[in-house]
Amino acid sequence: MDATAAAYIGAGLACLGMLGAAIGVGIIFGNFLQGAMRNPSAAPGQFGNLIFGFAVTEALGIFSLLIAILLLFVVPK
Amino acid sequence: MADNPIEQFGIHPIAEFSVAGYDASFTNASLAMVGGAVLAAWFFNWAMKPAAMVPNRAQVVAEGAYGFIHGMLKDAAGTEGVKKFLPFVFTLFLFIFMANMLGMFPGVFGVHHIFTPTSQIVVTAALAMMVFLTVIVVGFAKNGLKFFKLFAPSGVPWYLLLIVTPIEIISFFSRPLSHAVRLWANILAGHILLKVFAGFVPALIAAGGFYGLLSVLPLAMTVMLYGLEFLVAFLQAYVFAILTCIYLNDALHPGH
Repeated sequence: MDATAAAYIGAGLACLGMLGAAIGVGIIFGNFLQGAMRNPSAAPGQFGNLIFGFAVTEALGIFSLLIAILLLFVVPK
Repeated sequence: MADNPIEQFGIHPIAEFSVAGYDASFTNASLAMVGGAVLAAWFFNWAMKPAAMVPNRAQVVAEGAYGFIHGMLKDAAGTEGVKKFLPFVFTLFLFIFMANMLGMFPGVFGVHHIFTPTSQIVVTAALAMMVFLTVIVVGFAKNGLKFFKLFAPSGVPWYLLLIVTPIEIISFFSRPLSHAVRLWANILAGHILLKVFAGFVPALIAAGGFYGLLSVLPLAMTVMLYGLEFLVAFLQAYVFAILTCIYLNDALHPGH
């Protein structure tokens, strides 16, 4: 297999990492909504925590995107 | 038809000059950054000029933005953090917010779109390194060697510290990376996505006949994605600022 094809396949595989981030972000927002439905008055105070958890989880998905972008545009073919 | 989705990130010099052999040209990226900063500074000066007890609409916006960042910093880093870092965090937030929002202006009929500085990793990496170095310098200046308590959370038994400390060290040093890459990749991916969907419209029209009618679908999608990207533009500025607050809190109060 030549290097270009391998880089493209690798970029596709790297994007699978976003699956985990997608599940994690879904869990965070789902659980936040669940908590917010139970105690709506406490929900606004937790918005910062919600966004922080979202940002930390999303970072890992972004890393896999970074690998894909590196494979597509930076690795010499 | 410029339908290369990457082409929009091209940097073009406006005024070329170099300093000591380095290319220091004033580019479209510099213009967007200076423009965003000047616009923000001008707006806040203009809106707060009356400084009325009963504020007008512009003053409500300015005071709201200030109060928003003030509350965020106070929640994360306490009154001490507010006293020391409010100007820094507020400037950082406004700079990123203006850069993201101005970058949402599309190019129309040959007029070049406004460049989005945050779609260049060198810009976001510089901002993230600034925060990272501030945390280290302030942390050591304020706490001395006690700053190392950051890597050994209190209340953890010693045998767990053997595992926890390396993890804490790795997470500390991966912070500037994730801090920079998050903002950059979100803006970059969003702009590429918009361009790809917008590119479907002329492609379908060019295909002619029935396909031309179908071009309404990607057009509607582009409009909806634009709404989403406005949300992302605000949210990423907010996320960058709130993470800055949390990191600065570590500098002020290490050891949790």
